[in-house]
Amino acid sequence: MKDESQPALTVAQTNGAHPDTVARALPDNLAVKCPNCRELLLGKDWEKNLKVCQKCGHHFRLSAPERIALLLDPDSFSEFASDLRSSDPLGFVARSGSYADKLVSEREKTGLNDAVVVGMGSIEGIRLALAVMDFRFIGGSMGSVVGEKLTQAIERAAAERAPLVIVSASGGARQQEGTISLMQMAKTSAALARLAEAGVLYVSLLTDPTTAGISASFAFLGDVILAEPGALIGFAGPRVIEQMMHQRLPKDVNTAEFVLKHGMIDGIAHRREVRATLARLLRLHSGGETLAGA
Amino acid sequence: MAYDLDFERPLADIEKRISQLQKRGERMRPDERAQVAELQQELARRTKELYAALTPWQRVQVARFRDRPYTNDYIKRMCDEYFELRGDRRFADDRAIQGGVASIGGQTVVLMGHQKGRDLKEREECNFGMAHPEGYRKALRLFRYAERFHLPVITLIDTTGAYPGLGDEERGISQAIAENLLVMAGLRTPIICIVIGEGGSGGALGIGVGDKVLMLENAVYTVAAPEAAASIIWRDNAFAPDAAQAMKITAPELLELGVVDSIIPEPVGGAHRDYQAAAESVKAAILRELADLKRLSTDALLDHRYQRFRVIGLQGITEVVGAAQK
Repeated sequence: MKDESQPALTVAQTNGAHPDTVARALPDNLAVKCPNCRELLLGKDWEKNLKVCQKCGHHFRLSAPERIALLLDPDSFSEFASDLRSSDPLGFVARSGSYADKLVSEREKTGLNDAVVVGMGSIEGIRLALAVMDFRFIGGSMGSVVGEKLTQAIERAAAERAPLVIVSASGGARQQEGTISLMQMAKTSAALARLAEAGVLYVSLLTDPTTAGISASFAFLGDVILAEPGALIGFAGPRVIEQMMHQRLPKDVNTAEFVLKHGMIDGIAHRREVRATLARLLRLHSGGETLAGA
Repeated sequence: MAYDLDFERPLADIEKRISQLQKRGERMRPDERAQVAELQQELARRTKELYAALTPWQRVQVARFRDRPYTNDYIKRMCDEYFELRGDRRFADDRAIQGGVASIGGQTVVLMGHQKGRDLKEREECNFGMAHPEGYRKALRLFRYAERFHLPVITLIDTTGAYPGLGDEERGISQAIAENLLVMAGLRTPIICIVIGEGGSGGALGIGVGDKVLMLENAVYTVAAPEAAASIIWRDNAFAPDAAQAMKITAPELLELGVVDSIIPEPVGGAHRDYQAAAESVKAAILRELADLKRLSTDALLDHRYQRFRVIGLQGITEVVGAAQK
C-alpha cells in the first residue's frame, strides 16, 4: 500500500477561518500537561506528534482547521457555507449573559462562524464531502447553523455522488437555540436517509467528545463508524449515569474502546493512521467492480 | 379532582369553601346554596383565567402532573379496537413505549406512545416513561409494520427523556434513536406525532419525526429538561423557571418557530380535568390531519416531510457575505 508522508498540522486554507486560527489554538506553549497521565510534554514535540501524548497516547482535541489539514490532500479543501451565522432565533438570555454576546466572543476566539466547517476536498486524490466539528465553539454544539451546514454537506455528497466524511466533536445539541437545535437531529438524519438511498458512502469519525444529540443522530448513522482512541462517546455522560443508577461505573464506560466492544463502531484509528485508514476505505468504494446497480 | 398544583392554590381555596358549604347537605340555607353556585362560577372563571396565562414553568408542571392522561388513557378513549404488539424481537419488551395496531374512527392505524405509568407498580414497570433501546427498537418494528400494511403511524410523545443507564449505553441507545430518526424520515406512510405531555429531548424525538407534529395546549417540548439546562447554563438548577422561559418550550412558541404544525386544545384547567374531552380533542386532530395527508401521493408526502424539517432553523440564520468574521 502506498504510504503517504506523515500528515502535519499545518493551517488548512479555509475561507471561513482566520489564517492564524491554529497559531492561536497553539499559543507558544513551551510545554503542555497531559490531562490523562500528567506528563509534561514539550510543546514542539507534542505538535509534531499530532497533539497525541507521547507517553500515554492521549489524543488531545483538534480544531476543525487542524483536522482538515490532517485529513485532506494539501490545498484540496474548498469550503462552502462558511458565511452562515446564527442570529439567535430565541433571543436567549441567561444570568451569565446573552447568547448573542456569546456568539460574538466565540467567533473571536475561534475565527469560525459556528461549530462546524464543511467543504469538498480530497484524500489521496479521492474527492469527498467533509464536515468537521470544532469543540472550541460552544462545545461543538449543534444549533441551526451546524444543522444547516451539515445538511448542505450531506446534500452535496448525494448530488455529486461523492463519499461523505463527518468528524464529530460535540457535547450535543445547543441549548441556547432550544427545540430548534433538537430538530437539527431530525434534519441531518433525514438528509442522511436520502444519501443512503442514493447509495453513497458515509463514514462517521467520532472524536472526543461525541455525545447526546450528536451520538443519537448523524454520528451513529455512518455506514462505517470509526473513533479516535479514548474519545468520550455515548448518549449520557458517565456522571449522569452514575447519579441515575446510584452506582460507580467501570472506568472505560462511554469510551471509544467501550463502544467498539459493544459492537457500535467498526474500529479505532490512531490519529497517525486515520488519514490512511480513510483512504483505504474510500479507495475500496471508488472504482473496482461492483454489481450492476438497478 | 383536587387542585393539586402549586400555582392552583387560589383555586384550591375556593374549592375548599365550596365543599365546606356542601358538607351541610340538606341543611344548607337558600343563601348558602346561592353562595355555592356563585363560588362554582368563580372557580370556573378563575380556572380559565389562570390557565390562559400559564408561565412556561407552570406548563412544565401541568405537562408532568401525575394525573395527566397518559398514552394508554388516550388509547382507551380514542380507539374502537386496539391490539397491542409487544417486544423488539431482539432483547426485551420495553413498557416505556407501548403500541399496536388500532382502529380510530374507522381508520386502521399503528399507534404507539410513551407510557409513564399511573401507580408506583406501573411506574416501575414502565421505568417512568424513560425508554431503553428496546423501546425505540420496538417502535422501529412498528414503523416497518405500518409501512408494510400501508397504515398511518400515530405517535404520542410523553417522556422526560431516554433512560441514561449503563445497560442502555451497552445496547446502543444512541444508535437506536438515530436509526429511528433516519427511518421515520423515509417511511413510506403518513406519520403524525403528538406531544401529549413532556417532549423530552432525544427520547421524545426518537418517535417524533413525522409529516405533522402537533402539541397539546399545555405540553412542552425541550432540547433538555429546564433543570438540566439551568444547571449547565445558569450553573444552578434553581433557575429552571428561567431556563423554561428562555428556551421557548411551549406550544404557542414552538408553533411560531415552525417546530410544530398546530396546537390541540385541552379542556379548561388542563387535560387532567377531563380525560374524555382531552381524548376527543386528540382524536379529532388525528382524523383531521389524516384526511389531509391521505390526499398526498407517497412521493409528495416524503418530499413534504423532508422539507418540513429541512427549513427548521433557517429563520435563525443570517448570511454574512464575505465571511467577515474577523
